[in-house]
Amino acid sequence: MRFVLRRLGFYVLAAWVAVTLNFLLPRIMPGDPASAMFARFQGQLQPEAVAALRETFGFTDASLAEQYWTYLVHMFHGDLGISIAYFPSPVVEVIGTGLFWTLVLAGSSLVVSFALGTLLGVLAAWHRTSAFGRLLPPLLLFVGAFPYFWLAMLALWLFGFTLGAFPLRHAYGEFVEPGWTLEFLASAIRHAILPATTIVLATMGNWLLRMRNNMTAVLGEDYIAFACAKGLPAGRILFHYAARNAMLPSMTGFGMALGLVVSGSLLTEIIFAYPGQGYLLIQAVRSQDFPLMQGVFLTITLAVLVANWLVDLAYVWLDPRMRSSG
Amino acid sequence: MIALLLGHPKARVGFAILIGFVLLGALGPWVVVDPLAYLARPHEPPSSAHWLGTTGQGQDVLAQLVGGTRVTLVVAFTVGVVVTVIGAIVGTTAAYFGGRIDDLLSLIINVFLVIPGLPLAVVIAAYMPASPFTITLVLVFTGWAWNARIVRSQALSLREREFVAAAIVGGESHVRVIVAEILPNMTSLLASCFISATVYALGAAVGLEFLGLGDIGMVTWGTTLYWANNDAALLTGAWWMFVPTGLCIALVGYALVLVNFVVDEVSNPRLRGEQHWRDVLGRTALTPMTATPVMRQP
Repeated sequence: MRFVLRRLGFYVLAAWVAVTLNFLLPRIMPGDPASAMFARFQGQLQPEAVAALRETFGFTDASLAEQYWTYLVHMFHGDLGISIAYFPSPVVEVIGTGLFWTLVLAGSSLVVSFALGTLLGVLAAWHRTSAFGRLLPPLLLFVGAFPYFWLAMLALWLFGFTLGAFPLRHAYGEFVEPGWTLEFLASAIRHAILPATTIVLATMGNWLLRMRNNMTAVLGEDYIAFACAKGLPAGRILFHYAARNAMLPSMTGFGMALGLVVSGSLLTEIIFAYPGQGYLLIQAVRSQDFPLMQGVFLTITLAVLVANWLVDLAYVWLDPRMRSSG
Repeated sequence: MIALLLGHPKARVGFAILIGFVLLGALGPWVVVDPLAYLARPHEPPSSAHWLGTTGQGQDVLAQLVGGTRVTLVVAFTVGVVVTVIGAIVGTTAAYFGGRIDDLLSLIINVFLVIPGLPLAVVIAAYMPASPFTITLVLVFTGWAWNARIVRSQALSLREREFVAAAIVGGESHVRVIVAEILPNMTSLLASCFISATVYALGAAVGLEFLGLGDIGMVTWGTTLYWANNDAALLTGAWWMFVPTGLCIALVGYALVLVNFVVDEVSNPRLRGEQHWRDVLGRTALTPMTATPVMRQP
């Protein structure tokens, strides 16, 4: 319990760092980007409205500490400012539309990739002298060496454009009404297959390699030799004796990998015009929509922090030692 | 150590690919035509005049590929070196001094590790003037923590060894103990840190430039992909605009991973012993047991 609370404290601290970075960045960068940002509003808004906006964001003549306080208060009320690209929608509203799709895509591909990669890693360590154990890891590493979004481009061109087997863009069909209907779900799944597969392919190699290395270490332990000597069936040694222990370091890696996978899936979304956070991010970059960019950064960071905490909870469940000690 | 690495075919392949690309980056720009010149009609497939076809603006794809090698590699390797140096300094400092200093540095490292890198890099890069220097700076800022963490855990165990204690008792300064006693014992770890950091930087730099955060007037592998996406290469079926660039990125990345593999094998006695074990057993027509053997190389 103490462990869980201590981790929670750490994530709160990390969130505070992210929020503070978000506050400081526009203020410490050269060339006063804050003014540049408000200059973009100029054509669309009355000068009084711009002044009011400045006030809302805390870009006033007040001292830095006062500005910071205003900013924190706005944060707590969920006010991330107004988007420029989707003017005049508030950033929170714009992000709300994308968050669901990102969580679905990145979350499901991460789980599939972890499960599949870890299982293959176990098998690759067990059969490490066979062709399977020798060829699969280098092959998957080669696939993993491609940038995610390039694999996405290739998949889109090959299966979407040339073969026409999968839809080219968006998360669901044009004529499908969103809702919990069978038709909508089928369409959403069909649209998610290509992006999800590219993310899984690109990340699986790492899980496989990590698990294979842990497994080779664990298989060298005396208790494994003893289990072999007892004549236990291979499957039991493999999954009940070795894999359970070898998985613990992989679990710690899971939390760290989360950030990487989310980053990669952002780029993949752009290729498939998948309406998640990544797509919003590139819209924001193209139109220099700083509030939206920072909003995307904050929501993704918070999502990753929450997910990390959930992984910690799972770790406590997997490793009994964590339950008793601090 | 290099000689030890070169004994492995994997490392030889890796080094050969890397040297090839370094030469391409260094000498290539004098061999090919101006990558920014408008030479032919847009979206032309590969032909004898333009081996890899033309871009959406009628520029030569091969020339862009060769011309982009230098900047891309320089950014990737610079980030790799700087990140490794920062990681070594922060990691050993934290492990060596321990106590409050370690608590504070570890906390900073962990916070940086848990904040997702790409969105942060995007936000920072967007506020700065677009250039390869910006990309390098941003990638160092978002990527140093991983190495610091790895170095710290290794240094923690070295800190407990007798020779470090002996050096401290012998009256050597803190800096000297870290630089002359601890760091030289982590050469293979630092090498593998440098390689992983370079792989990360290569992918991340290309990713940022692909998003349009690089200097889009320059020719690099990332901006080539940016233009390929912008000029709708995918929807016109112009595969030659993005396939060769991606292959080059993957080749460099894979070559680095191959070298890293061998660094691992050379420095990890378990992995080193296995090949020899298998050879011995093969001679006596036995199949290796499932457990990993631990043995000394003869």
